[in-house]
Amino acid sequence: MATATAQTTGKPPQRELERRMLRQMLLIRRFEEKAAEAYALGKIGGFCHLYIGQEAVAVGSLAALRDDDYVISSYREHGQALARGMPATAIMAELFGKATGCSKGKGGSMHLFDAAKRFMGGHGIVGGHIPLAAGLGFAIRYRGEDGLCICYFGEAAVNIGAFHETLNMASVYKLPVIFCCENNRYGMGTAFERVAAVTDVVEHACSYDMAAELVNGMDVLAVYEATRRAADRARKTGGGHPTLLEVRTYRFMGHSMSDPLHGVYRTKEEVEEQRKRDPIAQLAGKLKDEGALSDAGLDALDAEVRAEVEEAVRFADQSPDPEPAELTAHVLAD
Amino acid sequence: MPTLTYRDALNQALREEMQRDPNVLLMGEEVGVYQGAYKVSRGLLEEFGSMRVVDTPIAELGFAGIGVGAAMGGLRPVIEFMTWNFAVLALDQIVNSAAKILYESGGQIPVPIVFRGPNGAALQLAAQHSQAWESWVSHIPGLKVVAPATPADAKGLLKSAIRDNNPVIVLEGEMLYNVKGEVPEGEHVVPIGRADIKRAGRDVTLICHSKTVTVALKAAEQLAEHEGASAEVLDLRSLRPLDEEAIVGSVTRTNRAVVVEEGWPQAGIGAQVVDVIQREAFDHLDAPVLRVTQADVPMPYNRQLERLAKPSPERVVAAARRVLYLD
Amino acid sequence: MATNVYMEALSPTMEEGRVVKWHKKDGDPVKTGETLAEIETDKAVMDLVARADGVLRQVAAPEGQTIPVGSVVAVIAAPGEAAGETPTSAAQTKPSGSGKRDTGNVATAPAPVAVATPPAVAPADATRVKASPLARRMAKEAGVDLKLVTGSGPGGRVVKKDVERAPNQAAPAAAAAPAAPLSPVSRVPLPERTGTAYEDVPLTQIRKTIAKRLVTSLGPIPHFFLTTEVDMERAAEAREALNKQLGDQGEGKVSFNDLIIKATALALARHRACNAWFQEDHIRYWNEVHIGMAVAVEDGLITPVIRHADRKSLTEIGREARELADKARNRRLQPNEYTGATFSISNLGMFDIDQFTAVINPPEAGIIAIGSIVQKAVVVDGHLAPGRRMRITMSCDHRVIDGATGAAFLRTLKQMLENPLAMLL
Repeated sequence: MATATAQTTGKPPQRELERRMLRQMLLIRRFEEKAAEAYALGKIGGFCHLYIGQEAVAVGSLAALRDDDYVISSYREHGQALARGMPATAIMAELFGKATGCSKGKGGSMHLFDAAKRFMGGHGIVGGHIPLAAGLGFAIRYRGEDGLCICYFGEAAVNIGAFHETLNMASVYKLPVIFCCENNRYGMGTAFERVAAVTDVVEHACSYDMAAELVNGMDVLAVYEATRRAADRARKTGGGHPTLLEVRTYRFMGHSMSDPLHGVYRTKEEVEEQRKRDPIAQLAGKLKDEGALSDAGLDALDAEVRAEVEEAVRFADQSPDPEPAELTAHVLAD
Repeated sequence: MPTLTYRDALNQALREEMQRDPNVLLMGEEVGVYQGAYKVSRGLLEEFGSMRVVDTPIAELGFAGIGVGAAMGGLRPVIEFMTWNFAVLALDQIVNSAAKILYESGGQIPVPIVFRGPNGAALQLAAQHSQAWESWVSHIPGLKVVAPATPADAKGLLKSAIRDNNPVIVLEGEMLYNVKGEVPEGEHVVPIGRADIKRAGRDVTLICHSKTVTVALKAAEQLAEHEGASAEVLDLRSLRPLDEEAIVGSVTRTNRAVVVEEGWPQAGIGAQVVDVIQREAFDHLDAPVLRVTQADVPMPYNRQLERLAKPSPERVVAAARRVLYLD
Repeated sequence: MATNVYMEALSPTMEEGRVVKWHKKDGDPVKTGETLAEIETDKAVMDLVARADGVLRQVAAPEGQTIPVGSVVAVIAAPGEAAGETPTSAAQTKPSGSGKRDTGNVATAPAPVAVATPPAVAPADATRVKASPLARRMAKEAGVDLKLVTGSGPGGRVVKKDVERAPNQAAPAAAAAPAAPLSPVSRVPLPERTGTAYEDVPLTQIRKTIAKRLVTSLGPIPHFFLTTEVDMERAAEAREALNKQLGDQGEGKVSFNDLIIKATALALARHRACNAWFQEDHIRYWNEVHIGMAVAVEDGLITPVIRHADRKSLTEIGREARELADKARNRRLQPNEYTGATFSISNLGMFDIDQFTAVINPPEAGIIAIGSIVQKAVVVDGHLAPGRRMRITMSCDHRVIDGATGAAFLRTLKQMLENPLAMLL
C-alpha cells in the first residue's frame, strides 16, 4: 500500500475548488459519453453502467476527502474512479479489457481497482461491498489511524440484508465509514417507492443510532459540505462515527448500456425535466453568474477534457490484450 | 510431546499466531466473553483484548464481509463461524468477495483471511445443522480449503492458514474437538496442499479427510483382521489444492481405491478424487474406484436413521471388499 | 426383418457363457434350429441355435470370450438384407423386461431369460475384452493376449491376478488350441508345452463350478480315491537283474521304491493332467516332474523332493532318495529339498500295510499310497498260481482330476510296473 500524502484538511480556496470540481464533472461526462460510443462500437463488452447525471456525487464527496482515505463502490464506479484521480487512460483501457487497464483487463467496467490510490474496487453484487467498507474502516480503527472509508451504493442496495447488518456493526464498533447512498430513484427499472416501505433512506440511520444527512445530489457544493461534516465525525479521536448520507441524484442514462433510457418505468418528460437540474450546468451557471467563468473559458475547459478523453481512447485502443498467461495469474497470492 | 485435544490445538495455534503477528485477530459469534461456542477461543479475549477478539452480532454475511474488508485493509482476520451451516449466509462474501478480489483487481489486493468452524454432522442435530460443505467451498478458485483430522494437523494447518496470503477455509468438526493426540509445541506448521498417509498398506487405498479418517482407520483394522487385506489410509488434509501426487502415488501402489467423505454423493470431494485417479492413474487401476458418502438425503434426527446416513467403517469395508473382488 | 442373436441362458443358473466355437461365420446362411455356436455354461457346453432363417451377420463375440446372458452376440439378417438394417447393433444388451420384443422375434424367441441388464444406451463393442486398465498395461508389457485370459473380476473382467497367472503369449490357452489328447480317456485339453517350467491355465466355467461345489461338500480338498492292484513279478525280476549287475559294479542297489518313483514320474510325464497344482482360480499344469517322497520321521512326516525324477536314472533316484531320507531323519533337510513337489508318493509297504489312502499335500492334486508287495494266489490263464502283488491307491483332488483322468494315469503306472521295459519307451 502506497503511503498517501495527506492533503491539508483545511478548506482549499473556494474558487480553486469549484473550478477543479467543474473540470472533474466535465471529465466524467465526456468520458462516459465516449464510453457509450465505444460500447456501441463493440470495443467495450459486458455490462457498462454509466454515471451521466450523477457526477456531482462522486466529485463533491471525494473533493472533501484525503488521498489516504479508502474508496469503495458498486459497479457504477467510473465517476468515482476518475474523481479519485485514477488516470482516464487506465480506466478506459480497463473498459476495453486491455493489459494496461487499472485491473490489467481482468476486471472490466464493474471492477476498477487502484490499490495505490486506495480505490478498493467496483463490486458487482448489489450491496455486497457494503460490509467490505466496514472492514476497511475496522482496519483503520484497529491501527488507531484517523483515516476513513467512503462507500458508494445505490438506493436499491438498501433493501439488501448486508446494508442493515453492516450499518448495525459499523455503529456498534464505531467505524470511520461514510455510507454514501446515491439515490437515483430507480433500481434498474424499478422505482424505489414501489419496493421500499421507507423511501427516505436517511430514516434507516435511526435504527442503527447513526448520524445521517439528506443531500441534494445535483449540487456538488452541497455534497462537498455534507461529506466534510461526515468526514469530521469519522476522524474524531478516540473512535470515529459512521454517517449515512442519502444523496438524491438522477441517472440520465439507462441502467446499463443495454437498457433503455426511458420507457416502461419512467417517462421521457421526467428525464427531460431532470436534465434541467444538470449538476454541471448548475455549477457552470453559478461560476458564470459570479463572473468567475466565461463562455470561452468553459469551451476551453471542455476542449481540454475532451482531449484527455480522446487520449484515453487512443491509449486503450493501442494497448495490447493481456498475455494468455494472465489467465491463471493472480488466482492466488504468493 | 504433549497430548492435547483438537480444540486446544486450535486454541494454541490461534494464540501463537496472535502473539507472533499483531495484525491477526479473531472475529465471530461468542468468541470473546463467552469463550467460544465450542471453547476454541478460550482465554484469548483476556490475553489480546476486545479489538483483537471481536464478538459479533448474529450476522454471518455482515461480519464475514467486515473480515474481508479488514483483510483488504492489511489485517489478517480469522473469522469463526459457529458452524458452517450458518456460513452459508456468508457465502456471497466468501465466494464473490474473498475469492475474487485478488483476481479482478489484477493482482493488486490480496485477501489474507481465514474462515473456520465446525463442519458436517455431530449427533442428532437434524437436517439444517448437519451438513458437510467441503465440495461447495472447494469448488471456488481463489480459495484454499483444509480439513484436519488430528490435533497435530489442526494446529499445523491453522497456523499455515493464518500465514497464507489467500482466503483459507478451515473445516473443523464438533465431533473432533475432543479428539486427543500428540501435538508438537511451538512452531509446528503443516503445509497446505500436502496429504498424509495415516496408515500404510498394500492392497487398497482408503482416501479420506476430517472425521472420515477415523472411519477409514477403523475400516482398515477390520480389513486386516477379517479379510487379511492391507489398506492404506490417505488423509487428504487439504481439499484445495488437492495433493494429486499423493493420491496417484498411493493408488499406483495399491491399484485400488475407496474414497470416503461426509458430504453427499453428487459432485462431492470423492468425485473430484476419482477424477484425479482415472486421469493420472488409469493404467494402474485394477478395479473401479468406489465412494462412500453420506446418504443422499437431508440428515434425519432419529439416532438410528442418522447412523444409517453417515459413512461407517462397515460401509467402507463393504466397498473395499468390492474393489478387492472379495465379494 | 433381422433378428438379434442373444447369449441365451442355457442353464438355470447361467449368468454368462463363453463362446467355445462358432459353427457359422459371418455371411453364412442359417436356418432356424441350426447350431450357431458352442457355448460353455457353468455346467456344460451347449449349442446356441438359430432362432430365425437368414444370414449370420455382425458376429461380435469372438471365440473364447465370456458374454453376459442377454447380450447380443450376432444378428441374423433376412436374406439380402443389409447389415445396417438390423434392429440393434451387435453386442448391444437386450432391454430387460422383455415384454416388448418385436413381432419378428416373438415366434422364434428364445425361452425368456432372467436378465437384469439395463436398457441399452449405446452400442458396446462385444469384441472388446473387459479388463482393468492395470491388467491391460500388464498384459501389454508381458505380451499376454487378453482375449486368451479368463477374467475373474465382475462380469468376467480380466484383473491383475488373471494376467499374472496367465500363460505367456507364446502359449495359446486351452480354448484357442485344443491339444491332442494325451490319453484316450483324458479330456482335459492342455496347452502345448513351452520352454517354461509350467503353464497356467485359467479355470474354465465348469472347473470353477466343480471347485466350488466339491469344496463345500467334502471340505477344503475334495478327495476321491482309486485303487489298483499291480502284478510285481516282472518288477521283482528286473530289480534282481539290475541289482546283480550293480552289485558287480559295486554301486548301490535299486529298491522297489526307486522303481515306483521312476515309474510314477514317467507316468506323470505322460499324464500331465495329474501333475498339477490347484491354485484357487486356476490350475498350474507342470511340465516338470518333481516327486515328493513321504518319509516318516520321529515326530511326524516330511516329504523330500526328487526333482526331475522322470529324467533321472534309477540309480540316481536311488542315491538321492537314500540321501534325502537320511537328511530327513537327521533333520538336515533344507527348505528347497522338501518344497516344490508336483506329486507325491507315500509308501507304507515296509510296514506290512496292504492298502491305505494318503492325504493330498496341497497344492498338489494327487498322491499315491503304496502298500506291501504280498505273495498271494493269483489266477493266471485260468489257473491258480503264486504271485507277487502290490496295491496302489491314488488320492485325487477332484477340483483338478476327474475319475477317468486319474484312472488313465494309474493304468499307465500299472503298465510300467508290470512291464518295466515300458519305462524305456
